[in-house]
Amino acid sequence: MKFNRAWSLLAAMTLGVGLLAGCSQDDKDGASGSKDSDEIKIGVNLELSGAVASYGTSEADGIQLAVDEINDDGGIDGKKIKLVKIDNKSDAAEATNAAIKLTTQENVVAIIGAATSGATVAQAQIANDNKTPLISPSGTSPTVTVNEKGEVNEFVFRTSFIDPFQGTVAANFAANDLGVKNVAIFSDNASDYSKGLAASFKEDFEKAGGKVVAEESYVAKDSDFRSTLTRIKSAKPEFIFIPGYYEEVGLIVKQAREMGIDVPLMGADGWDSPTLMDLAGADALNNTFTTNHYSSDDPDGAVKAFNDKFNEEYGKSPDAFNALGYDTVYLLKDAIERAGSVDSTKIKDALAETDGLDLVTGNYSVDENHHPIKSATILEYKDGEQVFNTKVNP
Amino acid sequence: MEWIQQLVNGISLGSIYALIALGYTMVYGIIKLINFAHGEIFMIGAFIGYISISGWGLGFFPALLLSMAVCALLGVLIERIAYKRLRNATRIAALITAIGVSLLIQNGVIYFRGAQPAAYPQVFENKSFNFLGAQISTQAILILSVSVVLMLVLQFIVHKTKIGKAMRAVSYDAEAAKLMGINVDNTISATFAIGSALAGAAGVIFGIYYTKIDPLMGVIPGLKAFVAAVLGGIGIIPGAVAGGLVLGVVETVVSALGFSLWRDAAAFIILILILIFKPSGIFGKNTREKV
Repeated sequence: MKFNRAWSLLAAMTLGVGLLAGCSQDDKDGASGSKDSDEIKIGVNLELSGAVASYGTSEADGIQLAVDEINDDGGIDGKKIKLVKIDNKSDAAEATNAAIKLTTQENVVAIIGAATSGATVAQAQIANDNKTPLISPSGTSPTVTVNEKGEVNEFVFRTSFIDPFQGTVAANFAANDLGVKNVAIFSDNASDYSKGLAASFKEDFEKAGGKVVAEESYVAKDSDFRSTLTRIKSAKPEFIFIPGYYEEVGLIVKQAREMGIDVPLMGADGWDSPTLMDLAGADALNNTFTTNHYSSDDPDGAVKAFNDKFNEEYGKSPDAFNALGYDTVYLLKDAIERAGSVDSTKIKDALAETDGLDLVTGNYSVDENHHPIKSATILEYKDGEQVFNTKVNP
Repeated sequence: MEWIQQLVNGISLGSIYALIALGYTMVYGIIKLINFAHGEIFMIGAFIGYISISGWGLGFFPALLLSMAVCALLGVLIERIAYKRLRNATRIAALITAIGVSLLIQNGVIYFRGAQPAAYPQVFENKSFNFLGAQISTQAILILSVSVVLMLVLQFIVHKTKIGKAMRAVSYDAEAAKLMGINVDNTISATFAIGSALAGAAGVIFGIYYTKIDPLMGVIPGLKAFVAAVLGGIGIIPGAVAGGLVLGVVETVVSALGFSLWRDAAAFIILILILIFKPSGIFGKNTREKV
């Protein structure tokens, strides 16, 4: 997700990788024999252990379910999918190593992974150099597909929407569904994620004819928000957008409700943690909303079907990561079918032209920056439970 | 009535700073040591309160007393183990030891329970009522009253009891106090015990008011309380209370004016200004250095 750590390590890695990639080029062309066989090898490079193992293992379950389904159905153009799974241990350097192994030794057609933005960015160079499409199921940072120079990573794609997009969704939801005119924004000044969401929310909300009456910020690790909330309260907003992480958001929501701020509050996927409930309490969280990729309560037919299949296989309700992993396989299948071959460059071109593909997490198209254009789900907290509210299209 | 609300916010925050600052100032007053481990005692106090409320189901007052007792013991232990043998060493050696103790406690807690935060359970039904247009929560009232009671008790101990008299004597002149038959070691221990108990109480109050506690929570409030102690005049007990309240209100006013990102900076700018213009603090008397 939003783990942009190990940047310095990354810089060092890319230097080394440039050298390695030079050698690997020939290997790959020489080993094209495997591509004519009756199976399609797809690499899976996920966080199966380490700090964010829960993201990676959830996605792996979703991926496996989709692959089993496709293979039982006769595969893609008669070819069965074979997964090559590597655990990157939630570490950017390990993710780079895994990508090198998958492209140069295993000669995979495409790589699925990683779950976090940091570990995906760490593989981008290798994917580009080895001309192997790389699809991150849940890397939401814009930097995954567009590098710091503003160039698009030609072979890198993603299934999830990008962070700032959630700001757009929240703005549309506030303006159209809640019908509010005057809003306040309270963002974390220490986080690019939060600032990005706040900026896109403001832009789109003002475009929709609304007015931002107060814009305040805090710094991660603060615990006293009462004075700033008092200031926000006196501006009389009808809605407050708080794009932060659960540790501070929990306190903000609690303190705001204590001070008699009872307007709707809204955030993004940074809120998504059981700790939020512990900090804020179920009562304070009533009348708050978050954006997310997916909800298992979604009444949509495709979602229901996926839900049932997943339940049957794993005995539990799927979460957003399960759904994104599952969708990534179908995104790739669609591209391989349209490309008509397992040639990596053709698959890449087909991926870049994906338009209006129906997936469990929404209708998917891709723009010129490889940022998906897809719907987002709005969840509402009701007495301590997250329930499906509505789906918002971009 | 935004300003009344902000004043209430500021005084609530300030009274927590004041409780922590008291411990700093008492220890400094008696052995001229800035006890940087004080913020960690505050953190331990918050965790003891958390465990006794959510784990053992104690009420607020038993949890507060238990936490104060454990912290008092911890304070004495730290003094006996780490500071006592440095009593005749240079002040910088003792200061560095204090920073070491602080890091040891922080990382010790992280080692044993992890760095993730914990959420304080709700002990009171939190109602707020309207006072001249400001929303005042019952919690804020409780925090204020507990702080005020503790400060009055402290004032009583220091001025009306035998141990208080001994503390004042040792602080004035340790050598002379010894000659008069005062047990200096015990007096210093008592000072650490009282100061740490106040920090423990501040920890529990902080947990209830701000909900989130974690092993590194003591660092910033500890530094702020240090600023408060210097602001009021380090070593002077009423100064610590005044310094804490002034600091809390100043921070709130800075946020209220829309400079919330400058709030922490404001506290440290105050520290710099006070050290330049009136190093002895608001309540301090200018004493000439003895050469």
